[in-house]
Amino acid sequence: MLDVQRTRADFPILERKVHGVPLVYLDNAATTQKPRSVIRALTDYYEGYNANVHRAVHAIGQEATERYEEAREKIAAFIGAPSPESLVFTRGTTEAINLVSYTWAKANIGPGDEILTTPMEHHSNLVPWQRVAQEQGATLRFIPMTDDGTLDLSGLDRLITERTRLVALAHASNVLGTINPVAEIARVAHAAGALVLLDGAQSVPHMPVDVADIDCDFLAFSAHKMMGPTGIGALYVRPSILEAMEPFQRGGEMVREVSLEGATWNDLPYRFEAGTPNIADAIGWGAAVDYLRGLGMDNVRRHEVETTGYALQRFRELEEQAQVYGPPDPEQRGGVVSFRAPDVHAHDLGTFLDLKGIAIRAGHHCAMPLMRHLGVPATARASFYVYNTREEVDVLVDALHSAFRYFADIGATSASRRSAR
Amino acid sequence: MSLEELDNLYSEIILDHFRNPRNAGTVEPSDLRAEGYNPFCGDRVVLTAAIDGDSNIDPVCCTSEGCAITNASASIMTELVKGQTLEDAEAIALQFRAVMQGKELTDEEEDALGELIALKDVRRFPIRIKCALLPWATLQDAIAEHRSARSPAGE
Repeated sequence: MLDVQRTRADFPILERKVHGVPLVYLDNAATTQKPRSVIRALTDYYEGYNANVHRAVHAIGQEATERYEEAREKIAAFIGAPSPESLVFTRGTTEAINLVSYTWAKANIGPGDEILTTPMEHHSNLVPWQRVAQEQGATLRFIPMTDDGTLDLSGLDRLITERTRLVALAHASNVLGTINPVAEIARVAHAAGALVLLDGAQSVPHMPVDVADIDCDFLAFSAHKMMGPTGIGALYVRPSILEAMEPFQRGGEMVREVSLEGATWNDLPYRFEAGTPNIADAIGWGAAVDYLRGLGMDNVRRHEVETTGYALQRFRELEEQAQVYGPPDPEQRGGVVSFRAPDVHAHDLGTFLDLKGIAIRAGHHCAMPLMRHLGVPATARASFYVYNTREEVDVLVDALHSAFRYFADIGATSASRRSAR
Repeated sequence: MSLEELDNLYSEIILDHFRNPRNAGTVEPSDLRAEGYNPFCGDRVVLTAAIDGDSNIDPVCCTSEGCAITNASASIMTELVKGQTLEDAEAIALQFRAVMQGKELTDEEEDALGELIALKDVRRFPIRIKCALLPWATLQDAIAEHRSARSPAGE
């Protein structure tokens, strides 16, 4: 069991007030807050052993290299990667997916080939594949969705053909919360000779994720959504595939030997990490992984199932004013509750809640095709993490009650005004 | 929180325009036409207007699918620019944009903006400034398009 109050004490920002009231931070699918240990790891590096990695003979350069590689080991172990060398640091999930699209996909996807994805993808796992399709003559296909926001896998056997080279999908949806049955999909994909890329941005931070169990070929994820710093993420690639991949960016660090005429490539994973890496943030991310391990990912997941279940239960009170998207069973979803109030625009709602100290997201959540699929311009989204309490869910739902009253009163006022005219 | 802050944002004037939008619909045929879209929230504004014999904008219509701020701004806009020349309408758009960016107006200048000044408090909510400006940006687009269609190069 997670001791939420003790956990909260580790996050300095949760003590602050906004608009004179305590912050209720429910925008964790966008980014998460950082515990003191992560913030300290960053300042420790800059104050204690700031140096470039991998080349220095001096003491602090050694120290920086050790801490940096230690972080890679921790993060690789966290997702069950077979070796630290199979983990490439990137700027984030988006860059990780782009890396695959510019390297592996360039060499392995040709005219007439197919890429299978879903309508619930974040733009970062759709737009790169649109480019590959356009430039390399491939076709994008989509696994259909059911009404409750899960994937309809009934036709998967037919959707995955001998032309399918890649199945690219979100492990968990950033809008619907849906956790996709990725191991099952990977099995079908592999049987047809296709590879599987997972966008793990919304899963790795929230539940135990093991690349060996899932048997995926690529996993992209970001530090800042799991208590780590912004500006760093990673791409896991199955070692046999990574070994055969051409470099992404070229320059320093990624080479073994350079002459005026050409160059040979460095060992894995450095071949894919041109330039001075994001040392501080890698180390900070390592501290975040330590923190999450301390909590235990099973506990993290359990807490979110409970919090989300409680939220879904309380949202039933609002049935007439707010439509909730995604699977009704909290066991089938991450800690994300997206909803739409037909009578109150998501922006007006967002501002109302903000004044009560509640941070939620209103908009398209970088998933415009999904918004179109749902037939809405935008949704409001509350998303939870380990430090969110049932009381905060109450604050949210109570505030929504007042918001709907406020905006309904407004309607009544102006209607009476109109009739008085 | 301060409900007061909220009441300042959603003032009587704004709510009245939000609930009872003026000049909703479309002008057919139209001399001015543009569509404004804010992809962030999906808000959409369609402006149509005719230019009468005295070179004034009249009639003008706006359909707006958005939040209270966007819709109110669109409604107030149609009332303000009706009967104005393109240049005068543009001047109001520029003045309003300046207000949203923090410009303080004299009393006379405020009076010239009429009910639009009710949207002044929106600038305390930076993320919402785009909402208030969307109809006005659409008007500016419509005027620019109208001009380029009439310019020698466009003929």
